[in-house]
Amino acid sequence: MLRVEGVESGYGRTTVLFGVSMEVPDDALVCVMGRNGVGKTTLIKTMMGVIKASRGRITLDGRDITDMRSYQRVRAGLAYVPQGRASFPSLSVRENLQVVIETSPHGVAAGQAALDEALDLFPKLRKLLGRQAGFLSGGEAQQLAIARALVTRPRLLLLDEPTEGIQPSVIIEIENAIAHLNATNGLAIVLVEQYMEFALRLAQRYVVLDAGRVVAEGATEGLANESVRKLLAV
Amino acid sequence: MGSLLTQAFTGLGIGATLLLIALGLTFTFGQMNVINMAHGEFIMAGAYTAYMLQGSFGRETSLLVSLPVAFVIAGALGVALETVLIRRMYGRPLDTLLVTWGVSLMLQQLARDLFGAANVQVLTPSWLVGGVHVAGVDMPYARLFIMALVAAAVAGIWVYMTYLPQGRRMRAVMQNRQLAACSGIPTARVDRRTFFIGSGLAGVAGVALTQLGSVGPTLGTNYIVDAFLVVVVGGLGQIRGAIIAAIALGVLDAYVEWGTSASFAKVVVFVAIVAFLQARPQGLFVLKTRALT
Ligand SMILES: Nc1ncnc2c1ncn2[C@@H]1O[C@H](COP(=O)(O)OP(=O)(O)O)[C@@H](O)[C@H]1O
Ligand SMILES: [Mg+2]
Repeated sequence: MLRVEGVESGYGRTTVLFGVSMEVPDDALVCVMGRNGVGKTTLIKTMMGVIKASRGRITLDGRDITDMRSYQRVRAGLAYVPQGRASFPSLSVRENLQVVIETSPHGVAAGQAALDEALDLFPKLRKLLGRQAGFLSGGEAQQLAIARALVTRPRLLLLDEPTEGIQPSVIIEIENAIAHLNATNGLAIVLVEQYMEFALRLAQRYVVLDAGRVVAEGATEGLANESVRKLLAV
Repeated sequence: MGSLLTQAFTGLGIGATLLLIALGLTFTFGQMNVINMAHGEFIMAGAYTAYMLQGSFGRETSLLVSLPVAFVIAGALGVALETVLIRRMYGRPLDTLLVTWGVSLMLQQLARDLFGAANVQVLTPSWLVGGVHVAGVDMPYARLFIMALVAAAVAGIWVYMTYLPQGRRMRAVMQNRQLAACSGIPTARVDRRTFFIGSGLAGVAGVALTQLGSVGPTLGTNYIVDAFLVVVVGGLGQIRGAIIAAIALGVLDAYVEWGTSASFAKVVVFVAIVAFLQARPQGLFVLKTRALT
């Protein structure tokens, strides 16, 4: 589905990723792990086109998306839930979703259907549709962020630390939602996650980053391996 | 008492015009974080549009025809400026400031070449001549017309921002550009539309100003500083804040000018604004934004 080949990127003159390569197979959930500051978010942002790769190539189903703008990548099938669950704070929850549906690559009707599915996934949001997004709790905001990504009907979802700072009961809801999207809907997912047990339960494959390089990868069964665990220790 | 109210009414008229100019500015400033120094020249372009059209449409109808035509002409100028220059300097506000200032001077010179350095007059249609006298207050029709025009424009903008998909996109981009782009919203197209509307409003303001005085190449510069003050005091991208700030500024201006001289009035208003911003640097209303980190 997604292939990242020798990608280098960073901010201004600072290079953060040094030739990262990884692959997301069709229907797979790949977890990207590593300590704080190793470049996980930078990798996701480069996939999404928020920052440009200065070297390397990114392809989605064989199509080169390296030079596409972010909104074009959404049309190509990518969706992104940023770290920190950003929203359009003074738009209502409904408007946050509506504004995305109105530019949805599959048209408004398909967007509405996707919205219904997303609200079934996070039923709490239904009662909050009229609320300003800036006034949601952390868990609610995270659910809105995921729902907003889903209404574009993506083929690949990029999730950056969706459980960071969220209370345990909501983490379970989010975990169930992610599992459902991947297992039942066959949505390919790249999940950045520090919470290892959470990642182990969901992912089929993992990639470990350290200082901007891939230092370990494989099927999640191998993640029990001590040397990999050491790379993740804080 | 009567002259006190008359003064308030005059202030309201000034405030209304300022509001129209400031609304355009607050869109372009709020959305792209750039100060467009040429915004004032879009006012001037609108005013000259009214001047040009009075030859073809005659005194009675040309003013009404001028409003949409000036909107389109000033809007097109804004889009051209955005596409050719401002877009390329994204994230460099100081460069943008200087370059658009240069454009502003060039447009003034162009107006001098086309229409002469002397001011020209746009005739007042006969249906705007005169006024009403209510409770000791003189209300010239021209000022009433401008207030109605501005009220209609504000209502139109409010409907656009609140109910239309294009307006929703505009608000989304203003609040979080990166998130908007990552959600599939073509931000460059939204920027262009914002510039069209924001600059077009300046053109409409220019037409309105022809009913308050004569038209010259530097018409816009006389209003642009006040309009910036409205934007800063009102809070970026905030319609509500801009309305309150524009009316307050217009009325304050009118009262102080009444009691003192025009230039001293400016000083007093300026000091009042500096004091206000000391207390509330974010303006009357704040737009909460959260960047993607
Ligand atoms: N906007 C930025 N500008 C400059 N440097 C940044 C920026 N964002 C992150 N960095 C730096 O890039 C490195 C990787 O950051 P990031 O990708 O956010 O790490 P992670 O998500 O793995 O915690 C860090 O050293 C961080 O300081
Ligand atoms: Mg991160």
